[in-house]
Amino acid sequence: MLDFIRQNADKLLQQTLTHIGLTFVSLLLALLIGLPLGILIARRKRLASGVLGVAGVLQTVPSVALLGFLIPLMGIGVGPALVALFLYALLPIIRNTFVGITEVNPTVREAARGVGMTNGQILTKVELPLALPVIFAGVRTATVINVGVATLAAYVAAGGLGEFIFSGIALSNTNMILAGAVPAALLAIGFDFGLARLQKLSGRKMRAGALVFVLLVPVLSAFVLIPGSQDRLVAGFAHEFYGRSDGYPGLQKTYGLHLRPRLIDQNLMYEAIRSGQVDIISGYSTDGRIRAFDLVVLQDNRHAFPPYDAALVVRQTTLNRYPDLGPTLNLLASKLTDSVMTALNYQADYLHQSPRTIAEIFLKQMGLYKLPTPGERSETVVLGSKIFTEQYILAEIFRQLIEGKTQLRVASRTGLGGTQICQDALRTGSIDFYPEYTGTGLLVVLQPSASVLNTLPMQPDSVFAFVRQQYKEKYDLAWQQPLGFNNSYCLMMRRQQADKLGIRTISDLVQYLDAQ
Amino acid sequence: MIVVEHLTKRFGEYLAVNDVSFQVGQGETLVLLGTSGCGKTTTLKMINRLIEPSSGTISVNSTDVGQQPGPALRRGIGYVIQDGGLFPHYTIADAIATVPKLIGWTPEQIQERTTELMAKLQLPENLLNRYPAQLSGGQRQRVGLARALAARPPVVLMDEPFGALDPFTRRHVRRELFGLNELRETTVVLVTHDVAEALELADRIALMDAGKIVQMGKPDELVHNPATEFVRDFLDL
Repeated sequence: MLDFIRQNADKLLQQTLTHIGLTFVSLLLALLIGLPLGILIARRKRLASGVLGVAGVLQTVPSVALLGFLIPLMGIGVGPALVALFLYALLPIIRNTFVGITEVNPTVREAARGVGMTNGQILTKVELPLALPVIFAGVRTATVINVGVATLAAYVAAGGLGEFIFSGIALSNTNMILAGAVPAALLAIGFDFGLARLQKLSGRKMRAGALVFVLLVPVLSAFVLIPGSQDRLVAGFAHEFYGRSDGYPGLQKTYGLHLRPRLIDQNLMYEAIRSGQVDIISGYSTDGRIRAFDLVVLQDNRHAFPPYDAALVVRQTTLNRYPDLGPTLNLLASKLTDSVMTALNYQADYLHQSPRTIAEIFLKQMGLYKLPTPGERSETVVLGSKIFTEQYILAEIFRQLIEGKTQLRVASRTGLGGTQICQDALRTGSIDFYPEYTGTGLLVVLQPSASVLNTLPMQPDSVFAFVRQQYKEKYDLAWQQPLGFNNSYCLMMRRQQADKLGIRTISDLVQYLDAQ
Repeated sequence: MIVVEHLTKRFGEYLAVNDVSFQVGQGETLVLLGTSGCGKTTTLKMINRLIEPSSGTISVNSTDVGQQPGPALRRGIGYVIQDGGLFPHYTIADAIATVPKLIGWTPEQIQERTTELMAKLQLPENLLNRYPAQLSGGQRQRVGLARALAARPPVVLMDEPFGALDPFTRRHVRRELFGLNELRETTVVLVTHDVAEALELADRIALMDAGKIVQMGKPDELVHNPATEFVRDFLDL
């Protein structure tokens, strides 16, 4: 892990600063809104339960869901991340301001009135100073919450230490996960400790310290505004693509492509390119949104991306136990061509049809649809899928196919979050089979040495043969016949922009970027 | 000089103060005496408008208190409550400077007045930077009085000012305080339920029960001519 940190020191520093910036900008906003609101409800207690109730409900919304709500409204980037963090910081600040003020001894408050202070003077000279330790405890809670939640900013391309965590999870790279998680935890502990020390100071010192802290917040906030240098075209890559050797690193090696990509959740990339927030995204060549959003796939003229022919990977023991399963699965061999698959994805992504309907219509067209025969089904096979549209559709197609043609019951475990997770689930028997791609099997699961890779021709047939033989040998897993389409990694741009700039291939892109 | 006429206060259905009238002369000390809930504290707080009367009028030095904004009125009237009512986050120096600062005295004036009061109230100078929690009860009470007297108000209101002290300290402190020239020239209204305290400090006593003044007069008059059985009983004669 130390090696990893040493190699990525500048990136780590930048992510840490962004992380701190996100935390404190949102904290500043929450202070600006939360303090007056807390004071207001301490004055008008009738409003208190309503305001605290709303803030409390916001607090309970899971952070990923909150970001999900915000993306359609605000797009990607720092905006939605800040709003989410702001909402989380709000409750502790409002509540502690309210509690701090209402718990000021009534005798003291009356004495303040008795000596002739106005309501404003009572607030600033008596109530707020006495409530300060409680308010400060709220700020402390909010800070720690925000350091934690800010890791999710990486989900919406707002940067921060979550970039390492997300990429690390996508790549099963423990060092990378730790390189993000450990500094995030240290930040939380550090801020908590520092603020706790401040809180322990008595009277005047604490007020001075709190003042310094409040003045420091905008300074810390400024980190988020440090402008990253911009490329002529902005790239938004999925975490996995950014880290995988056959993804961005492969492009760097083959084409000498050098970008400063923003990392973003793979399902949000398309929305980001459609709305013009990024200009280049990574993706899969059969994605339905290519057609839906009028994108163009840049030609991989130097073959940086290996072939990714889709096929089912099945446990050999499952095939042995249910002899009719294998032949059923292979009914669709070579039936799902590139254009067929893209069209199916399009129906889901753009026409918003459910995978179930899409699968049924497709099977009917193929003449393979059959209503399941009624009756007890005692034997169950478990079908897995990764967490994107194509896999959901494939899972549904195979579920209906198997239940129509055999007496097996199919349980679905859709939405497994990455290749490594699918592979582990398969080997441990949590699932019996799932659709995989030859290139992924080769580079993510098998990870052969460089010398083996160099001798292996990057052709669909040879890669398939190699992967099938290796899986059989190493894991007792059986690759079925390829389904027919090749869903390889690709780079894509908006058609309009690509046409205007005359970019058709990745080489064109590199040339354009280097010309600046 | 305080003139109270037909003062009444209702809290919903409850009649806390029922048509009370009295006058307090310049430099006089009037003690409002009575049991808990008799309306004496409510009466006191209406004088500086911490509580608004339901009806009746109060004038302080010929000015109707209802015509002045509350905060401005209260800055001109000293106010002492149980245990001093000091702000826990104010040092003793801050506490004494509270009202002078509110009415815009210069730091020099405040400094001079603080030194004067500390000497008069026999508070050592080294207490100035301490907080109330670091003082004894008797010291806190004296600081409370110093705060009330700091801006030389013509009228001071005291609500059970010695209530938090043990009987020995209480006797000691009140003798000391009421021996001050400064307080002798000031018009004082003091609320207490302690008969001995009332008899010792009052120029006149107003004995209250159930929102009304039962008897008002010099301590001697009450002792020698109790108007009702209640007065006799309360004074334990």
